[in-house]
Amino acid sequence: MSERAEQFPLHRRDVAKTLLHANEDMLIVTGLGSTNWDFTAAGDQPRIFPLWGAMGGAVPIGLGLALAQPNKRIMVATGDGEMLMGIGALATVAVAAPKNLAICVFDNERYGETGMQTTHTASVTDLALTAKGMGIQDADTITDEAELKAHLSAIISTDGPIFRVIKVRAEPLDFVLPSKDGVHLKNRFRVNLLGEGAV
Amino acid sequence: MEWADDIYTAFKDAGINQVAYVPDAGHKRLINACIADNDIQTVSLTTEEEGVAVSAGAWLGGQKCVLLMQSSGVGNCINMLSLIETCRFPFVTFVTMRGQWHEFNPWQMPMGTTTKLSLETAGLLIDEIDDPNDVGPRAAAALHKAFVGAQSTALLLGQRLVPVKTFGK
Repeated sequence: MSERAEQFPLHRRDVAKTLLHANEDMLIVTGLGSTNWDFTAAGDQPRIFPLWGAMGGAVPIGLGLALAQPNKRIMVATGDGEMLMGIGALATVAVAAPKNLAICVFDNERYGETGMQTTHTASVTDLALTAKGMGIQDADTITDEAELKAHLSAIISTDGPIFRVIKVRAEPLDFVLPSKDGVHLKNRFRVNLLGEGAV
Repeated sequence: MEWADDIYTAFKDAGINQVAYVPDAGHKRLINACIADNDIQTVSLTTEEEGVAVSAGAWLGGQKCVLLMQSSGVGNCINMLSLIETCRFPFVTFVTMRGQWHEFNPWQMPMGTTTKLSLETAGLLIDEIDDPNDVGPRAAAALHKAFVGAQSTALLLGQRLVPVKTFGK
């Protein structure tokens, strides 16, 4: 069971590239840690706020941002381990119900930064069912290229909140690191969104 | 409990857009005032650390958020506060204290007695209040400290300010 993720057809770096360029206006929060490297590899941009820590915080950061910017599309892209650490935030999102928020969990069933140990999704935990149980009705799992294509418009434009698990291959990849300077990352995001006066 | 209205007034004067909270008896009046205000987006949390992250997200999007919690929730926030410290997000939380004054429940004592130290260690500036007449101006000062002075801050509302909970005993 725990080896199946090594055969998943979708490659996370390709998925990140597809999502990043599917909506050039979309604001993105990426969770610790592999999704950061995926989106940095796809193209480091000020509209991305990457987390180097605060594990479990990606979804609630996306929620605060979505409520503050109701006319912008917001996507949280994070891993299964990071999602599991802050899983209650899905209930918080469901109750707040921001229409402009999509959550994409890149699920390789592994803790990538600590040695590829299996997460709970490798055996019995189903995150899309969990999201539905939390109250996010539009929740589903994507397992291949055709499904990704079919779900793309939901992720980038359909009224949400939207939750998608994207099963991605557990594979060794090079680190492609964004800046580690949190103040810089915060300021560049705000300047890009709000203008020079925002810092 | 009229001091809650003074905090609400301070929120309005400071242009607070979002209020994140875990339901709390001490904050009940303030939370209800915020829920009734169509210009304030309230966010009911499952755990206090989500509120730290919601505050950061609100600031990224150009809004001001405040976190309301009880002292027992402070312990839930510690790692998430690294986000505030590392990125220097303006952050302000209003904490109703337990474990200080006529506390009925010994399980409230550990966080009640270590809240100030925990938040100071996490890098926040602390102000403690017991006088209901001083809540309004010090709430305004805390909000100014965070959103104008860029200093993360916690206002600890002493247990003398909140109703004594006795579980019917």
